Amino acid sequence: MLNFIWPIFIICSIIYGILSGNLSQLNNSVFSGAQDALNTTMTLLGSLCLWNGLMSIAEKTKFVETISKIIKPVVQFLFPEMKNNKKITQEISMNMVANILGLGNAATPLGLKAINSMQKENKNKKQLSDSMLTLIVINTASIQLIPTTVIAIRNSLGSSNPTNIIVPVWIATIIAAIVGIIASRIVIKLTKSH
Amino acid sequence: MQLINYLSNVAMPLIIFIILMHGMLERKKVFDLFLEGASEGLKITLKIFPTLVGLFVAISLLKNSGLIDFMVNIISPALKVINFPKEIMPLALLRPISGNASIAIATNIMKSFGVDSNIGLMAATIMGSTETTVYTIAIYTSSVKVTKTRFVLLAALMADIAGIVASVVICRMMSYDFS
Repeated sequence: MLNFIWPIFIICSIIYGILSGNLSQLNNSVFSGAQDALNTTMTLLGSLCLWNGLMSIAEKTKFVETISKIIKPVVQFLFPEMKNNKKITQEISMNMVANILGLGNAATPLGLKAINSMQKENKNKKQLSDSMLTLIVINTASIQLIPTTVIAIRNSLGSSNPTNIIVPVWIATIIAAIVGIIASRIVIKLTKSH
Repeated sequence: MQLINYLSNVAMPLIIFIILMHGMLERKKVFDLFLEGASEGLKITLKIFPTLVGLFVAISLLKNSGLIDFMVNIISPALKVINFPKEIMPLALLRPISGNASIAIATNIMKSFGVDSNIGLMAATIMGSTETTVYTIAIYTSSVKVTKTRFVLLAALMADIAGIVASVVICRMMSYDFS
């Protein structure tokens, strides 16, 4: 994707910059962009190390199990056809817990494991099953307890209260997830193969 | 609104507290585990650095050449009708496509409009509440080699739009209270 978007962005900017006579700004932005990348990475570095460290403690304790117990009714509601399949239910819960805790790097492999197990149960291997579709939509909704990256960026830009977006983020994510689930239920109904 | 602020502020310390208490009570080597995870965090961050350099330069060029403003101004009459802040539009368009590009553009927006401004808060809330939808769908569907995806993209994009609109509305409500 970026192999296409990235050069297009730069080429179009240069053409527009030359045509509109913004050449000096164009020159400045080459270096200021690289500098901004460094500044952002530096602040991300501290926060992401800290958070990854804390989360690797969480992963090795019963904290993860506690959360998966809390979300169990949600999983059963979202994946009714998986109710009797303990292994898949477990994989889905782990994927959701990893998302909630912001373990992005752990969440994806767990999610892929879950969808591959679902594919084994899938009757039509060429088409996403209902639960596979739901799993994907939930993973795109990214329910996250602490949005660490964005807090780190706010911190790096000198915000007076970097964490005050946490509850707004929760509300927005939950709304996004509910809409996503409703939309996927509608899509499931409409595309049901007879 | 005060409750929201309080909850936001207490969330992170509380989670750190719970995790550490769990570790202590279960007699884990808490600091060793921490170091393990932290060094992994270091690797991850260093790995995305080159990507961020490339994308920050591209976003910076888009912004400073005036191209973003030019394009946003074209669609701004339509945005005005639905009362959507045009400053957020570039982020809303890029967010589902590339995670790192949206970090770059969100940082740029927060920096130019002020990190604690209304627009800055919206950019942050959108970043926190949405995902790189297109990328996520691509890896999930390709890992099971499915060709019929049953409009999963449409359903996921609906969720993104809802998240973005919700972010805008919530941040507007918050800033009314602050002012």
